[in-house]
Amino acid sequence: MMSYLIKRVLMLVPVFLAVSVVIFAILHFIPGDPIDNLLKVGSSPQARAEMETRYGLDRPLPVQYAIWLGRVVTGDLGTAIVARRPVADLIAAALPHSLALGGLALLFSSVLGVVLGVVAALNRDGWADRAIMGGVLLGSTMPSFWLGLILMLVFSVGLGWFPVSGARGWSSLVLPVLTIGLGGTALVARITRVSMIEAAGRDFVLLLHAKGLSPLRIQLGTVLRHALIPVVTILALRIGWILGGAVTVEVVFARPGLGTLLIKSLSQHDYPVVQACLLMLAMAVMLGTLLGDILQAVMDPRVRASLS
Amino acid sequence: MSLLQLADVSVSIGQVALLDRISLSVGKGEILGLVGESGSGKSLTALAAMGLLPLIGGRITGGAVAFDGQDMAAMTEVQRRSLRGRRIGFVSQNPMTALDPVTRIGAQIDVVSRLHLGLTRAQARARTVDLLTQLRIPEAATVAEAWPHQLSGGMKQRIVIAMALAGDPDLIIADEPTTALDVTVQAQIIQILGALVRERGLALLLITHDMGVVAQLCDRVAVLYAGRLAEEGPTAPIFAAPGHPYTRALIGCIPTEGMAKGALQGIPGTVPGALAFPSGCRFHPRCPQAQALCRAEAPQGNPACHFPGGADV
Repeated sequence: MMSYLIKRVLMLVPVFLAVSVVIFAILHFIPGDPIDNLLKVGSSPQARAEMETRYGLDRPLPVQYAIWLGRVVTGDLGTAIVARRPVADLIAAALPHSLALGGLALLFSSVLGVVLGVVAALNRDGWADRAIMGGVLLGSTMPSFWLGLILMLVFSVGLGWFPVSGARGWSSLVLPVLTIGLGGTALVARITRVSMIEAAGRDFVLLLHAKGLSPLRIQLGTVLRHALIPVVTILALRIGWILGGAVTVEVVFARPGLGTLLIKSLSQHDYPVVQACLLMLAMAVMLGTLLGDILQAVMDPRVRASLS
Repeated sequence: MSLLQLADVSVSIGQVALLDRISLSVGKGEILGLVGESGSGKSLTALAAMGLLPLIGGRITGGAVAFDGQDMAAMTEVQRRSLRGRRIGFVSQNPMTALDPVTRIGAQIDVVSRLHLGLTRAQARARTVDLLTQLRIPEAATVAEAWPHQLSGGMKQRIVIAMALAGDPDLIIADEPTTALDVTVQAQIIQILGALVRERGLALLLITHDMGVVAQLCDRVAVLYAGRLAEEGPTAPIFAAPGHPYTRALIGCIPTEGMAKGALQGIPGTVPGALAFPSGCRFHPRCPQAQALCRAEAPQGNPACHFPGGADV
C-alpha cells in the first residue's frame, strides 16, 4: 500500500509538467496582450517595448516557460500585471471562499445524494423511488445560475431568510451551497441507486439472505458498501470541477472565489493570475483523482492486490 | 419423518408458471438428488424450499413447503429468517461469486454463528477455525484472515460449505455445488458433502445435473423436467430400471468405463422455455417413444409417463 502511494504520487509529476506546458501555451496563443491593458491610449512603441522587457514578455517562449515554471516550483507565482499585486495574495484571498463553497457543496451533495439513492433503491419502483428520481431528473437538468436566481427570489427576496449576495458570514453560504449541491445531489443519487440495485442482484447477496440476515442489514451493511465504490470515484473526480466550475454561481451571488478571479483576469489578459488559477484547478483535479484512487484501494482489497 | 417436505408446490414469477406441483421430501441422514438439465427448475425449487422466492420476484401459487412438520407459509418472515442459516444451510453454485469480495473470509463465516447461536466474536472465530479445520483447510486461522480473491475455487467452495455449516443446521441445500469446479476438486467436494451427512446425520438436498454424482452419493433421486417431476424414488431401483424415458436418457448420458468411442448418447433438443411448455407430457417433443396420448394429456403418477418402462412400444 505504501509503495503504491509513493508510486501514485510520483506519477503526478509528469502529469503536472504536461498540464503546466498546456496552460502556459494556451495563454500565449490566444490573441491579445496584457500590455494593452496597462498602456495609456496613444503611448509610444518605446514605452511598450520597455514594458515588455520589464515583464519578460520579449524573451522566447521556452525561456519564459522555464522561468515561470522555476518560480512556480519554488512557490513564487509572480506578480499580477494588471492588478499589480503578488499573484499568491490574490489566490490566497480567493481560495478560502472557493474551498468553503466547494467543500460544503460536495459534502451536501454526497450526504443527501447517498441518502436519496438508498431510499430510492430500497423502494425500487415504489412511489418514493419515482418521486426521488423525478426530482433528481429535474435537479440535474436545471442550469445552476437559473436555480440560483430562483432560490434567491424565494429565500432572500421573498422570505428574507438569507442575504441576496456577498460573502459575509455563514448565512451567505447557504444559497450558493444549495445551488451547486443540488446538481451534484442528482448525480450522486442516480449512481447510488443504480449501483445499489446492481449490487443487490449479486450472488453473495443471495447467500447473505440464505444465512438468515435481515434484509435491512444486508442492504445497509453489504450492498451499500459495494454501491459506494463507484460513487466515491465520481465524487473524487468532482472535487476539481466544483472548485472551478462554481464560477456562474459565484457571479450570480457576487461571491469572490477562484472562478471569479479566473474570469476577471482572463478578460484582462492578466497571464500570471490566469496561469496560477488554472494551475490551482488542475492540481485540484489531480489531487481529487489521487484521493479517489486511494479511497478505492482502501475500500476494495482486490484493488490493493492488483497494485502490489 | 421427513425434515423438508414439498407437497404439490407450484411456483410462478409474475404471470409465468414455472414449477408445477412438485413433491419432494428429505429426511435426516438422507441425501436426495434433484436432477435435471439447466432450465428445468432445480434452483427455483431450492429457493422455494428456503422461502427466498420473493428475492427474484417469485411466489408459491399452490401446495405447501413444510420444514420439520411446520408449514413455512404459516410462519412470519422473522421465523423463516431464523430457519435460514440456523437450520437450513445453503451451498450455492459458483464459489467465485458466492463470497463478498470486500469482507475477510472469517468474518463471513463468523456472522452466522454470532447471529444464530449468539456467540461472541471470539467464540465465533474459534468455531469458524474449527469448522475450517474439519473441512481439511490447512492453516485455518490464517485462511480466516484472508480475502476471498486470495483463495482457489475449491477452497472457496469449502468456505461456502463452512458458512452453511456454521449455524449447525439439520438440512443442507446444495445447488450444483461442483459445477463451477475442476474435476479433481469436484470429487473432493462431493466427498466432503457425503461425509457430512454420515458424520452429522444431516439431510442433504443435492441439486445437480450430473447423474454420475447421483449414482455415487444419493439415497433417493428426483428427476425434474420443464418444471414437472418426471420420476422420484430410491436411487438403486431407478438406475436399474428407470421408468421415465427422460430418466433413461439422463442415465444414458453418463460415460462409463470401456464404453466404445462415440457410444455416449446425448438427448436431442433442449428444455423448452416456460413461455412455450408443450401440451400434454412436456417431454414428448424429445421423447423417442411419444404417442398421440402423450401430446394430448399430461401423465400423472410416478413415473409421470403414459408408457413407463417403455412397455408396448
